[in-house]
Amino acid sequence: MVFILQKTLIFTIPLLIVALAGMFAERSGIINIALDGIMIFGAFIGAVVALFLRTNVSFFVDHNQLLFITCMIAAALAGALFSLLLSFSAIKFNANQTIGGTALNLLAPAIALFLIKVFTSKDQLEMGMAYDTLGGRHDFSYVITNGELPDILKIFFDKMYISTYVCIILFIILSIFIYKTKTGLRIRSCGENPQAADSVGINVYKMRYLGTSISGALAGLGGYVYIATVANGTASGAVAGMGFLALAIMIFGNWHPVGIAFGALMFGFLKCLSVVYSQFEFTKNLGLPMYFYNIIPYLAVLIVLAFSAGKSRAPKAEGIPYDKGSR
Amino acid sequence: MIMNKGGFKQVLASLLCILGGILVGFIVLLLLATFTDSISISEAIKGISIVLRGPFASGKNAMFQLGNMLFNATPLIFTGLSVAIAFKTGLFNIGAPGQYLMGAMAALLVSLSIPSTVLHPAIIWILALLAGAIMGAIWGCIPGFFKAVLNVNEVIVCIMTNWIAANVVSWVFNGSKFINYAETKINFIVKTETNNIATPTLGMDTLFSGGSVKSYIDISIFIAIAVAIFLYIVMNRTVFGYELKACGFNKNASKYAGMNERRNIILSMAIAGALAATGAALWCLNGHQDFKWDTYQTLPADGFNGIVAALLASNNPIGVIFSSIFLKYLNVGGSNLAANTSFNEYVSQLIIAMIVYFSGFASYITNIIANRKKKIIEEDRG
Repeated sequence: MVFILQKTLIFTIPLLIVALAGMFAERSGIINIALDGIMIFGAFIGAVVALFLRTNVSFFVDHNQLLFITCMIAAALAGALFSLLLSFSAIKFNANQTIGGTALNLLAPAIALFLIKVFTSKDQLEMGMAYDTLGGRHDFSYVITNGELPDILKIFFDKMYISTYVCIILFIILSIFIYKTKTGLRIRSCGENPQAADSVGINVYKMRYLGTSISGALAGLGGYVYIATVANGTASGAVAGMGFLALAIMIFGNWHPVGIAFGALMFGFLKCLSVVYSQFEFTKNLGLPMYFYNIIPYLAVLIVLAFSAGKSRAPKAEGIPYDKGSR
Repeated sequence: MIMNKGGFKQVLASLLCILGGILVGFIVLLLLATFTDSISISEAIKGISIVLRGPFASGKNAMFQLGNMLFNATPLIFTGLSVAIAFKTGLFNIGAPGQYLMGAMAALLVSLSIPSTVLHPAIIWILALLAGAIMGAIWGCIPGFFKAVLNVNEVIVCIMTNWIAANVVSWVFNGSKFINYAETKINFIVKTETNNIATPTLGMDTLFSGGSVKSYIDISIFIAIAVAIFLYIVMNRTVFGYELKACGFNKNASKYAGMNERRNIILSMAIAGALAATGAALWCLNGHQDFKWDTYQTLPADGFNGIVAALLASNNPIGVIFSSIFLKYLNVGGSNLAANTSFNEYVSQLIIAMIVYFSGFASYITNIIANRKKKIIEEDRG
């Protein structure tokens, strides 16, 4: 059981943080369908920084966790910069946000793969491999082990990545930020009724830039965390559709952090079934193929949606370019 | 009047977008050549010209590559139409990859399970195509139903059904007799030509060939074009098409006007699903294609690229034909680039991405052009 919960946590974290990323953009009024692309870009830059620092700066070779954190920051910055392409086109040029997002989704793998292939002649960038205590391959020895703890603590502190804590803390801080601070309220008001926000002196454009940039930073960070923890430390110009999945989790969570956390945990837990089902006598005896367990999380989301339908609280002004002149 | 003033401005804006995308691609190549010792500037110039010439850069293989390009454009036209029709009804069909996979599965199952000794191959071909289309329509109905009846965002349902489809297809084919053991390609399904089922080529494969090697081209490209024209007429000249578009403009208003908006949403998604699936079925029924069955971790690229094709064409069915062929044209250019220079095929992806990005500005640009003209006229009057 401890093993499943550990796996669940590791799989949930990128989903959680990227879904929150989507929420920040949409609450400010910009549809961020580019989550997938921003993740890919963040992952790529993070991997490049990791490789560079590891080969050139001996300090970081000795301090793995610091290196990990540095790369996460680099990935977040890269994501924020990359998302400016989206906010710029959407805010400055009133461009269709679906088009802008789709363009970013195409652009990120194109840039990443183009550069990776030019410089390494391969289709993926490996950050260096090691075998972790779970037997899985992963990026260097980032894993924190505390084998002697009692089971309940093991879930959180054994065989865990530092990114897990960083992301959980970020998630909590940012959830408080958007609901309990002045700036947070302003961001949300721009997604609901920008004209009203403008009438009381809020700069709608600035708030939308801010929302999208936070979104980009979180998505970039999530992308790097994903490849460093779930995807064997390989940047390959794809994140297995995690960005779109996060988008779905965000809608599932009704654009609210609590809903997102619930959705991500549920999805992460069910997703782990397909990894661990073969280790339990009960599920093994059922004799169902892996594909069945793969389908469960997606089916579960649909079933939950079917029963909780009609309560969608999408930000009212999302996707609509703000025009000062219109009412 | 097809080429009215607005249309001209739109075409001009599209050309500007394409030019911008190509320019960015060229700049990237130049930058790389400047900062890398092993790549010369002349190679960058050669590179961009290879990309732009598409299949024509390959000399004596040009006809062969042209044939394959037209064949590969067929499924993209269909997924592009699928996304475009849904967009017209105000729905974002990001579920085309799943519909594509389900269509391919149904078409392959029908075409490979009925021996061609029992039924005439042409009849099996038609049955398989129909099976694919119906399967896709059913798969498209799921997000449509959720949207219309339960008011659930279609994007989330589409994403979920995509991955369900990917797993269902792998599940169905896993361990089945349809896997291509004979050619030891165990990741792929048997080609339909082994059952004497192949789309007629009307001799075009010999026409579009590189010496002895025939290309894959068949009549499916004409089917795609015919369907696109048919949809253009339906959307612009019939009550049904008008209702779909009205539903896209304003769901509540169309309901108030007495249209059945729920039926329209479900129908629109069913048509979208059938279109994506038909593209997949035609690709499989070509007879010479290897369909990868073990697909539970990946979704077909043509499904997502349908979004690109539709966006570039501003959801115009006729435009989708051109945008799809154009996308494949650049793809061929990309692979020629990889074969002949030290750059790689991802340059063409980069160019496509930038074209899409700039196309977001298209309406802004046309507005500027229009406003400037208006200003000039006003100044003349004043």
